[in-house]
This record gives sequence, C-alpha cells and structure tokens, in this order.
Amino acid sequence: MRLINKRPDRTSWMLLAALPFLAVLIAYALGSAVRLAENPADKLLPGLTAFADAIDRMAFTADKRTGDVLLWLDTGASLARLAVGIAIAAAGGLLVGLSAGLLPYVRATLSPFVTVVSMVPPLAVLPILFIMVGLGEASKITLIVVGVLPCLIRDLMLKIDDLPRQQLIKAQTLGANSWTIAIRVVLPQILPRLIDSIRLNLGPAWLFLISAEAIASESGLGYRIFLVRRYLAMDVILPYVAWITLLCFLMDLGLRVLQRRAFPWFEEARAGA
Amino acid sequence: MKTRRFLGKLTAGLVAASLLSLPAYAAPKKDFKLAWSIYVGWMPWQYAADQGIVKKWADKYGIKIEVVQFNDYVESINQYTAGAFDAVTVTNMDALSIPAAGGVDTTAVIVGDFSNGNDAVILKGKDKLADIKGQKVNLVEYSVSHYLLTRALESVKLTEKKDVSVVSTSDADMVAAWSTADVTAVVTWNPLVAEILATPGAKKVFDSSQIPGEIIDLTVANTDVLKDNPAFGKALAGIWYETMALMSADTPAGVAARTAMGKASGTDLAGFEAQLKATRMFYKPADALGFVRGAEPKATMQKVAGFLFDHGLLGNGAPSAEAVGIEFPGGVTYGNAKFVKLRFTDTYMAAAADGKL
Repeated sequence: MRLINKRPDRTSWMLLAALPFLAVLIAYALGSAVRLAENPADKLLPGLTAFADAIDRMAFTADKRTGDVLLWLDTGASLARLAVGIAIAAAGGLLVGLSAGLLPYVRATLSPFVTVVSMVPPLAVLPILFIMVGLGEASKITLIVVGVLPCLIRDLMLKIDDLPRQQLIKAQTLGANSWTIAIRVVLPQILPRLIDSIRLNLGPAWLFLISAEAIASESGLGYRIFLVRRYLAMDVILPYVAWITLLCFLMDLGLRVLQRRAFPWFEEARAGA
Repeated sequence: MKTRRFLGKLTAGLVAASLLSLPAYAAPKKDFKLAWSIYVGWMPWQYAADQGIVKKWADKYGIKIEVVQFNDYVESINQYTAGAFDAVTVTNMDALSIPAAGGVDTTAVIVGDFSNGNDAVILKGKDKLADIKGQKVNLVEYSVSHYLLTRALESVKLTEKKDVSVVSTSDADMVAAWSTADVTAVVTWNPLVAEILATPGAKKVFDSSQIPGEIIDLTVANTDVLKDNPAFGKALAGIWYETMALMSADTPAGVAARTAMGKASGTDLAGFEAQLKATRMFYKPADALGFVRGAEPKATMQKVAGFLFDHGLLGNGAPSAEAVGIEFPGGVTYGNAKFVKLRFTDTYMAAAADGKL
C-alpha cells in the first residue's frame, strides 16, 4: 500500500494531533526544571506553580494599585479596539468593495489607489499615524483599519469578479437596475465571503493591535506583555500569549458559526465553485 | 501534515533553546561577555573596546572579554539575567528589579556615575511642577523615569495614584509623541530631554539633580562568575579607570575620546559634553569609593525597593519591600538577609584606587 493512501484511524489521528503539543509541554517542563534547580527564582522558564500564581494574580485578584483586575481590564480594552477597528474595516470594505466591484467608474478611480495603499506596510507608517491622530485610542483603531481595510476591499472586488456573469445578465433581463442588482443579487452572496475575508485578517488585526499597544498605552493585552517584558515576567507573558491565542481561535470559531447560521447555503456554494 | 512537521521543528528548536539557555555554570573560565547599551555614562565601554584597552587588560589577566552593544537596553538586561552574558551596564533600580528579583546574584563591580540632571520632567506651556496635577504623563512605565516622577510628585505633595495618570510610551517614540497636541507632560532621559526642550513651549519643571545620587549607573557582573574568576572583575575595573582617566583629561587625547563617544551616541562633542555636565561621573576610583562607602546608596536603595514593591515589581508575592536583600560595603545589608541578590562592593574600585590591579 502506498504511503499516501495510509490513513490513521480516528483514535490514532487524535493521538498524533496531541503529540506535538505534548512534546512542547515536555520540552518546556524539562528546561524549566533544569533552570529552577539551578536558581529557584529563575524568571525565564518558570514552573507550573508560578503560572498558577501569575494567573491568579492577573485574572482573579484586584491590582493593589488601581483596584482593577488586570487581565479583564486588558482584555476589555483590547477587544474593544479590535472590534471597532474590524467593524470599521468591514463596513468600509463592504461599501468600497461592492461599489468598486460593480461600477466600472468607481473601479477605475479607486482600484489602482487601493492596490498601492495595500502595499504600504502599516507598521512603517505608525510614527506618522501617531503624529496625525495622536497617541490615544484613535491611533490604535486607525492602525487596524489601515492594515485590514485595503485587503478586505481587494478581496471583495475579486470575489465579485468571481460571481457568474450570467447572474447579472439575467437580473438585467428581468428588469433590475444597478441598485437592485447590488442589493439583491450581489450583496447576499458577498456577505458570507466578507466573513471569510475577516477570518483571514484576524491574525494581522491582532498583530497591528499589539504593535500599537506596545508603543503607547494605558491598558491592553499587548501593552501588558511589553510592560512586564521589562521584568522578564514570563509567568505573565506566556499565559497572556495563550489567552490571546484562545481569544483569536474563539473569534474565528464565532465567525464560522455565524457564517453557517446566517448563510446556510454558502457551504454548498463554496464546495460547488 | 505541514503544520505537524512545523510543530516538530518547533519542538526540536525549543528543546535546543532550553538546553542552550542553561545558566552559565559558574566555574573558572577564560571567555567573558559584557553587554552594554547607549547611554552617556556607558559610552566608555565601546571606546575602550575600540582603542584596545579592553584587550590590553584582558591579556594582562590571561582572559578574553567580548564587549557587545545592544540597541535595546531592556533586552541587554534580560539576556544577562538569562545567563547569556557575564556582565551588563544597568541602573541601580533595574539591577534590583530584573536580575536580583529574578534570583540572579549580581554584584556592582563599578559605580560609574549618577544622573545629575539627565532625567527630567517636562511640561508643555506650564512652568510649575504642581501644574502636572490632573495631566496624563507619558513615560516609559516602570523605568527610572517612572521613579523620578514619583519622587517629583512627593516633593509637591501629590501622588501618582490620585493626581496624574501614567501613559506608557516607548522611548523611541517619545519625541514624536511630544509633538502631538494631546501629549502635555513627559518624563524621559537624555538625549531625548535635550531634543524635547529645544521645541517651543517645553519647560523643564523637575530633574534628577534635585534627587542627586538616586539614579545610579552601574556595571554589574554575575556574583558567582566573579567569585570563581576574580580576574574578570579586576580586568573590568582596570579597563574602566584607564578609560576614565583618558576621557576626563583636558588633552587632545581626551577631546578625541569625548568626540568619538559623542559620535557613537549620535551627537557631537558639544552635545556629549552637555550630557556629561548633567551626569556626575566618578572619574577617579577614590570618588566612587567615597560614594559607595557612604550612607547614601543604602538610603537610596531603600526608596527604590519601596517604589518597586509599590508597583509589584519585586517578584511574585513579594511580602514586603525587603523581599530582596541588598548588601553594601562593610557587610551592611538591607532587606532579606537570606536572599541577598544585589551587592554593592568596593573590592574592585578599591584595588583600582590603590593601584593593585
């Protein structure tokens, strides 16, 4: 039997999937034990109890200086920035993508510009953003929008191009005007694809958020990581990284569920295309 | 499939990394590494390396010393704490909160200088410190700037908790931040202070010359490494004071040294000498000895430990500001005598003063 046809059964599939995670954990535990034997106060690879302490301190105990529970404060601040940034990018992407995708005049005006703007590395213009919109919330949200919006627009324009031409012709023969075609034919088909696009852009959005928070902030997940980095507090940093990963995973899952609930027909359409 | 292979590689990498990053086992050895970062009081290290002074003293003791520059100050301390370097340039506060609180027993081989105006509180359009009340203050949180702000507020009976709010801002973006309308108060260090004060409306309302001797710039080394290799500490002191004599001299060679250091720190002779004016350099080992043997360092470290404890920076669940023990010359200690992790010593500077290197 050829190697490409050998398939693990369900149990061994799950075992294999768990293997790399286990290996990382074991490697960590070994390294940590060796370093802790040498120096019980080692900060680089803290032991599991140090993590438990840190999680308890960050997530369940009010900070003695401000009275806030830091993890929730940071999570709230970061998620609010992320939500506003992605919402603005999604709304803008939908509006511009839809009009540029459908109307040749708009496309001629905007398409080359959006293409060029999407090539600008957002982090490179960060210092300019700070000077233009200040150091407050606006600059963090703007960075997410600047980073994500051009990608969403370009993606939606391509997705509109992918729609079967016949549909638009058929709608026109049935007497639909441009507006009706946009709202009744294209929009419903584009919305689930917008969700796909947002899912793919979640990673970059987090990246921009954390970069912006690292530079100037009073709260946020990225802010906390870069702040305690000054103290090599791996016992705080690693749980924060795990938490961000989990949040990102949950957001992705949420969008997938939303897509399935709101557009049940889409899965089949995508498989067919 | 691809993911799994990647994770496999990652695991291998992690295993390798965790093995490689084992703490440097203290034992007699020949090769030593010093990490330094750009700051007026630490520029001599680069100059000494460039001029062969490092090699000269290392050869004398039959060892090798590698001098490595870091662009990121915090990263250099983290690398030292992780065991990748034997010595690092650091302030008294960061020496206590990063390596010492992290259990890495650290000895201050050289007390190089203290900030005497290099760190400052600057307000936009206001010229009294008390006007800071109610403002947002941009600074590198938990740095010496943060400490300076706390001490400044104390002097006008204000507190950080009630009267101001701190916005953590990267030092790399401090000057750009100052030029935006919503930033009205900053605390930072030179050369950023000079650059910000050159803009219209910037007023210095407090600086480190009002708390002299509290922000101390050190060259520290791992205590265990020093214990097994006293030659390393002696070589460091030898290099340092030879360079000090050179850079403080009113001779063409002295001017050349200061010019080179100014250039290396992104300014020129005039700019560098202006920064030196705001720095109380201990050019002679005897000056440094007088300072480190006096009562001042102990009183300062007590304040610093209090500040760090208030901000939760003395390690997990530190019960009090005395969680980490600090030793001073003559066997005086502050704090937990069972967990002494930061030591001010006069051994090496005294050897330099007595010409016994």
